[in-house]
Amino acid sequence: MSAISPVRAVQQVTVFRSRRGAELVLVVLALAVGIGAYAAVGLGVDGHVPPDILGYGGWLAGLIIAAHITIRIVAPYADPVLLPVVAALNGLGLAVIHRLDLTRGDTSFASKQLFWMTVGVGLFVATLVFLSDHRALQRFTYTAGLAAVVLLLLPLAPGIGHEVNGARIWIRAGGLSFQPGEVAKVLLVISFAGYLVLHRDALALAGRRVAGVDLPRGRDLGPILAMWLVSLLVLVAQRDLGSGLLFFGLFLVMLYVSTERAGWLVVGGFLFVAGVMATYVLSGSVGFLTHVRNRFDIWLDPMAYYDRTPGSFQLVEGLFGMSWGGLIGRGFGEGRPTRVPYAESDFIMAAIGEELGLTAVMAVILCYGLIVERGLRIALISRDSFGKLMAMGLAVSLALQVFTVIGGVTRLIPLTGLTTPFLSYGGSSLVANWVIVALLLRISDHARRPLPDLSVPDDQDSLNTQVMRLP
Amino acid sequence: MSELTLFLIRIAYLAILWIFVLSAVSVIRSDVFGSRVPEPARAAVGGNGKQRKQPKPRSRKGIPTHVLVVEGSNAGERADLVDAPILIGRGADAAIRLDDDYVSTRHARIAASGDQWFVEDLGSTNGTYIGTVRLSQPTTLTLGTQVRIGKTILELRK
Repeated sequence: MSAISPVRAVQQVTVFRSRRGAELVLVVLALAVGIGAYAAVGLGVDGHVPPDILGYGGWLAGLIIAAHITIRIVAPYADPVLLPVVAALNGLGLAVIHRLDLTRGDTSFASKQLFWMTVGVGLFVATLVFLSDHRALQRFTYTAGLAAVVLLLLPLAPGIGHEVNGARIWIRAGGLSFQPGEVAKVLLVISFAGYLVLHRDALALAGRRVAGVDLPRGRDLGPILAMWLVSLLVLVAQRDLGSGLLFFGLFLVMLYVSTERAGWLVVGGFLFVAGVMATYVLSGSVGFLTHVRNRFDIWLDPMAYYDRTPGSFQLVEGLFGMSWGGLIGRGFGEGRPTRVPYAESDFIMAAIGEELGLTAVMAVILCYGLIVERGLRIALISRDSFGKLMAMGLAVSLALQVFTVIGGVTRLIPLTGLTTPFLSYGGSSLVANWVIVALLLRISDHARRPLPDLSVPDDQDSLNTQVMRLP
Repeated sequence: MSELTLFLIRIAYLAILWIFVLSAVSVIRSDVFGSRVPEPARAAVGGNGKQRKQPKPRSRKGIPTHVLVVEGSNAGERADLVDAPILIGRGADAAIRLDDDYVSTRHARIAASGDQWFVEDLGSTNGTYIGTVRLSQPTTLTLGTQVRIGKTILELRK
């Protein structure tokens, strides 16, 4: 992973423009996507434009414009595409959640989601304002790792821990429930990046060769392996398979990128396949693993489990919905997405597929693709290794999460519970993802900012005495 | 609300969604192809008029022609700046190859931008220093600025 130099050749030099104007245009379009969806929901379900469209639209626009102005002031060279794409996804998610609320009549997920979005944008602004240099985070390598493990352990603590549908991943305090795993994800990326930046040469070069494979020294690999094992064990204890898969993949990819050794991917892939096979074979006898076995059986033959518990009712209804939606969907209010349990969180893609069709699902997946592409691009052009690894880790964690959840809903892979970033109902996920975007923008602002002119002013003195100027 | 109206609303909404996605893609596209600016145009983009006014500042002091190792086990070794960018490290592909245990395989690089020379750390383990400052981004080099890499010190010479 060599740094991309801004000095590619003598005649050519890369100068990034700040592109804030382009961002503003895209933000306006993104608001059209979000508010347009809200209006279309009102028209489709109630037959008229919702009376509070001005208040709702104003609130949404205010939040996004505030984020845009913050970027203009504190991160003028940041990437122009990330904020609009995220805003569009969030707006679309809010409208779909609102549509589900309208049919159910007794839930108010949309207003709660809007509250969490406000908190998320608030944290987004705070991150950009107070974190003027992402490299400051490198100081918290071990603190972040410890905090991540503590956060992951919190739901297991009696009193504040709280179990929903078999997964003990919630904490509840003062009427608000929170999923600390989402925040732990960001902290783990920071921690991995900080550790790997310092130790990647040792990981890649020092060590013994055993049976044709170079093994890194235990003291180099130890801390990171311990951190990762603890988080995985916690996740297994909480039966949160999706997050376990996410952390495993993230760990592997970051190790691969920092050491430039494809062997990690081979070993990791082998471990993963072996683990899955062992789980599947052993699952008949061990209590916890029946849960995993069940997910596999449902994935292979969903129709056979349609009316059992635990069964595939949710997955099959989601598939029915998406197939009924077809290419351009039923239209807002014409489908029946509320048949799917948890349509507002894990299965929001099924609701979008049913009412807006494959066309919108492709657009949404493309939006995620753009976010990930921008994240990887930021990693490529970033000048410092820590920023590179962090941007890469954040982008990969988003990519893995989207793949796991959309792959699960569309039956490409076995279903595991994860939220769809920015779309799903869920405060902790939304807030954590807004912070991820803020971090990516901060790194990209540093990467795209033109180099400061550090040349020594050419006065007469410098002819006689060589004074060394420090940058 | 008639069937046709609902259908039109649906189509209109999908159109908005795709217009958004495609404009985002086009912004990225212009970012990819429009960001590299030839050197003469750079001054115009940067708007740094001060630099142009000065009549070739380095010509008075002289133009650096080579990099010289002034201290360390490879003292005396040199590389012509004509071969820029110059890679410094322990690896076989380095233009200045240092036998120094504190130097990474591909440690640093010296390259030109216009009439300025830059040194850039390539993510080395022990870092590249000018004075006591560890470089975190490409930094301008002038004649005689001492760059420390491991136990070795290099500088630009006429």
